[in-house]
Amino acid sequence: MADHLPILEVKDLHTHFFTKAGTVKAVDGVSFSVKPGETLGIVGESGSGKSITAMSVMKLVPSPPGKIVSGDIRFNGESLLLKKEKEMRKIRGKDISMIFQDPMTSLNPVFSVEKQMMETILTHENMNKQQARNRAIELLDLVGIPDAAKRLKNYPHEFSGGMRQRVMIAMALACNPKVLIADEPTTALDVTIQAQILDLLKKLQQELGMAIIMITHDLGVVAEVCDRVMVMYAGKPVEFSSVKELFDHPKHPYTWGLLSSIPQIHNRKERLEAIKGLPPDLRDLAKGCSFAPRCTHVKEECLTKDPALLEDETDHFVRCLLYEQEEKVIIHE
Amino acid sequence: MSELLRVQNLKKHFPIYKGAVFPKKTGAVQAVDGISLTVNKGETLGLVGESGCGKSTAGRTILKLLDPTEGQIIYKGQDITNVKGEELRKLRKEMQLIFQDPYASLNPRKTIEQTVTEPMKIFGMSKEKRQQKLDRLLEVVGLDTYHKYRYPHEFSGGQRQRIGIARALALDPELIICDEPVSALDVSIQAQVINLMEDLQKEFNLTYIFIAHDLSVVHHISDRVAVMYLGEIVEIGEVEELYGDPKHPYTKALLSSIPEARPVEKRERIMLQGDLPSPSNPPQGCKFHTRCPWAEDICKQKKPVLKQVPGAEHQVACHLVKEVVEETEPTPV
Repeated sequence: MADHLPILEVKDLHTHFFTKAGTVKAVDGVSFSVKPGETLGIVGESGSGKSITAMSVMKLVPSPPGKIVSGDIRFNGESLLLKKEKEMRKIRGKDISMIFQDPMTSLNPVFSVEKQMMETILTHENMNKQQARNRAIELLDLVGIPDAAKRLKNYPHEFSGGMRQRVMIAMALACNPKVLIADEPTTALDVTIQAQILDLLKKLQQELGMAIIMITHDLGVVAEVCDRVMVMYAGKPVEFSSVKELFDHPKHPYTWGLLSSIPQIHNRKERLEAIKGLPPDLRDLAKGCSFAPRCTHVKEECLTKDPALLEDETDHFVRCLLYEQEEKVIIHE
Repeated sequence: MSELLRVQNLKKHFPIYKGAVFPKKTGAVQAVDGISLTVNKGETLGLVGESGCGKSTAGRTILKLLDPTEGQIIYKGQDITNVKGEELRKLRKEMQLIFQDPYASLNPRKTIEQTVTEPMKIFGMSKEKRQQKLDRLLEVVGLDTYHKYRYPHEFSGGQRQRIGIARALALDPELIICDEPVSALDVSIQAQVINLMEDLQKEFNLTYIFIAHDLSVVHHISDRVAVMYLGEIVEIGEVEELYGDPKHPYTKALLSSIPEARPVEKRERIMLQGDLPSPSNPPQGCKFHTRCPWAEDICKQKKPVLKQVPGAEHQVACHLVKEVVEETEPTPV
């Protein structure tokens, strides 16, 4: 896939929320790109800005109070930020589509699945109702819902959680999107169902060749499905590399903390190494590295100097002053 | 270790009624359908299973928050299945519950002081003693004393869970049932709370029943683990034994479904088909046969009982596991 041009490129994205209590820099300088057929993982805890990054790409950030203040989002070479709402509507659901975290609340309970699925298809594709219905049946079949033709008439409450998530995936895939953004697609599901859904996504990606952006807080899911991964903390990417690199040679102290704070079955520890403290309040971030107050390797200069995103020879980016001394190319800021 | 709690053939069925004027019982949700287990003093028993398998109902029935339909609960050698009134009130002191959702389980109109001292007040502790105890509790769960005048909304999820733990400890209980205490927390905070719970267990010699769906967390904290499926225990045993050598197909599938945070090794995954059947109409025979990849004819007809695995502290309920010792009566481990 290496020779493909990226289908989606995000450059130095800043999304801020202007509230009475102050400006919240939810996304503060995020850059990434995805190629067709590739899966990019975005990991971080609640409030790290991973979902707002996704919402920004879809241009779904509620405004006011939110606003994309600077940066660029390019889909297929065209800037999405310059597009009007009417043009965005044609892109959403067709070229870029999204699976939301909670399948219970993201389907409309008063319409049948048939109606909701056909709405997407009829809006974007040149099809009549019968064709759209057939397409919907085909999609439900594809995501592994048995007896699709009959189930199409059902309402969301008649499906189980895993089945609803499949319906969501089917809807997201309705127009063969080029980019699929999956925002915590399996967080609300049980492990056996999660395994089914992740498998399904991988299979569909191979068949349809789409790019997937997988937003999750679960490093296990990342290890399972992603090719490259970006770790976010307080609105900024702190580490960005291939999945293998990240797990084999994690560089940022936050990533170390994350990896050692999850209990692992193959390696039972007497005690988990928790990251001390709490995530910072994004309204008044102190100067310097946002992770400094919780970092075990904090130096004096971390409190005053903003670390830049550094790159090494293996395409491994890290935002930390620990690596400043080494010879590296500064690519950002 | 001495036995603290014994549960025998515990059942909790919720009746389903039809008809508004003359309601008629038409069926029952068999949430907990005959579980037997023992908990020894000072140990942690993990209870795992997917949503809807009855693990929370089991916890609440043991606490007598729900009246059992059938079976016996024996606490410290005394049958507490049918205790009522004053006797039950005294029992409450010894058994406490930590809830899953730290946002919903604290009263937003009460300060932390009011919340944590309320149980002490109910059991007639003097004001002076209450204050001493409160300060001590806040200290052990890692909060500052000035926090006591604050309201729940001023705390983060992890801090709220600490408050929930302080409240559970207020009456020096022997047994704490932890119902998914860390599943609503971020990983870095989750590790802090797990460590805290382990420290408290040592300090106060507590006994935990730890209910969770996260198998890695349960593996980390438990001494013994019981796996539940559709209201029944399908496998129970010492933690390393059960995770290292799972016997039941469902346990195997669960363990192989966990996405582990290390990408190098790809394990063979046992993919379960379909969803959990409805507990109001569970399958005949072995309840797992509809999803079991190895189901045989006998599984559809005869219900398996828990049998001892030779040479280990391990019991399994499956027809296909051949090396088990036959037992006529399912005796709890």
